[in-house]
Amino acid sequence: MPMITYIEASGKTHEIDVPVGHTVMEGGRNAGVEGIVAECGGSCSCSTCHVYVAPEWVAQLPSRDEMEEDMLDFAIEVDAERSRLSCQLRVTEAFDGLVVTVPSEQA
Amino acid sequence: MEKIVIVGAGQAGLSLAAKLRKLGYGGDLTLIGAESHPPYERPPLSKAFLLGKVEQDRMQLRPPSFYAEQDITLLTGKTVTRIARDDKTVHLKDMSLSYDALALTTGSRPRRLPTELGGALRGVHVLRGIDDARALARACRPGRRALIVGGGYIGLEAAAVLRGLGIEVCLIEASPRILSRVAAPETSDAIRALHRTKGVLIKEAVGLKHLVGQDHVEEARLSDGTNIPVDVVLVGIGALPRDELARDCGLATEDGILVDARGRTSDPAIYAAGDCARFSFAGHSTRLESVQNAIDQAETVAETMMGQSPIYAPVPWFWSDQFDLKLQIAGLSRGYDTVVAREGHRPGAKSFWYFAKDKLIAVDSLNDPASFMLARRLLARACPVSMEDIRDGAKDLKSLMNVS
Repeated sequence: MPMITYIEASGKTHEIDVPVGHTVMEGGRNAGVEGIVAECGGSCSCSTCHVYVAPEWVAQLPSRDEMEEDMLDFAIEVDAERSRLSCQLRVTEAFDGLVVTVPSEQA
Repeated sequence: MEKIVIVGAGQAGLSLAAKLRKLGYGGDLTLIGAESHPPYERPPLSKAFLLGKVEQDRMQLRPPSFYAEQDITLLTGKTVTRIARDDKTVHLKDMSLSYDALALTTGSRPRRLPTELGGALRGVHVLRGIDDARALARACRPGRRALIVGGGYIGLEAAAVLRGLGIEVCLIEASPRILSRVAAPETSDAIRALHRTKGVLIKEAVGLKHLVGQDHVEEARLSDGTNIPVDVVLVGIGALPRDELARDCGLATEDGILVDARGRTSDPAIYAAGDCARFSFAGHSTRLESVQNAIDQAETVAETMMGQSPIYAPVPWFWSDQFDLKLQIAGLSRGYDTVVAREGHRPGAKSFWYFAKDKLIAVDSLNDPASFMLARRLLARACPVSMEDIRDGAKDLKSLMNVS
């Protein structure tokens, strides 16, 4: 199972095995990562699963679709390169080793 | 405080329990749910789950290990029968629990079709819980004919899913237009057009006279004089707050359990949050049925229980997915006098901005998440927004956020 590292805003780190087919949001929420709120349950409607992916991973992930792009446009503390909605990142074997950081505030 | 009991294990109850632990509450914490399932997300029930696209364990709000880790006693399949306020005890069928603080997060129940109209016939469904969704999904085999009674969110979302399952769908709405309680005619028009394109037969200003059938529903007789053969009926005519426990023990209720801005009921040891609670919003008595309200009001209650002095003053928001349309709503449009339309920056994206006496109060966005997110921010910060700003298609609305 791909292992993903979640770093909370406080610095607390979780290394979690996330099943292929689940989303990065689900992996974090199910492990109780602080700050992955996911109010809409993963339907790209709320932006409360916003994370920053590690710089070296930005180019390796599937790019944002228009919905995600637009949602992120007004999320809080957005980083033009690294910000993603973790509910839109569906885990494959290639995600093994991914590192994401949770912002201190979610919209 | 050593013992907190939460009655109702939906989104609000779960959010409250989780928040209490986050705030450092170390005493006993019991979460009681009437359904046999641990807390789960309800929104997918009328969307992806009904379509068969998501399994039940993916809808759990927390994994099973969460409750033990957080030392939360989760009782599922248990119904509270009575609250004894004088000795601070909740009674269940076979046990009782004493409390120092009690929270009611009992949610709402779907309004049903009366038996005399055929509401008790087999094949007549409501959609509130996972068991309802399963039963409806089982009944929805391709080629069947469905009648949906009620053109609100549940009815429209279900209509979209059922069409996707290859079912003939007729949706009737007794009022002059779909979504009349919650949206402007502009939004209703767009959604009606979408459903018609996809083959849903929508009849507005048409009521149900009654359903006909021996044991299972066979035919629907409508107020416009037509009789249509049906195999499945979904009744989506609104929900009622589950406030009877509160009423029976003498708490102040009025179509919902009355709470103040801290989530307190008329008994200082009892709190309420979510669909079942009624509070003052923008100067009006209000009850909201939404995920946002369930979470935020519950977290307000947690803070109050922990001795903080929060004020619950939300920017309500909602969303609905129908076919390929994402409808997102920020604010509450109640009391609007003017609606201004605006094209989004992507093809097909648009939004409707609701004003009451020149003040922006809500925005419906259709496949236009940028406008939705912006509207949430503008409403949260109470930024001044004029109708001219919205009408001016060339204006960059982001600039409005910087004006204080």
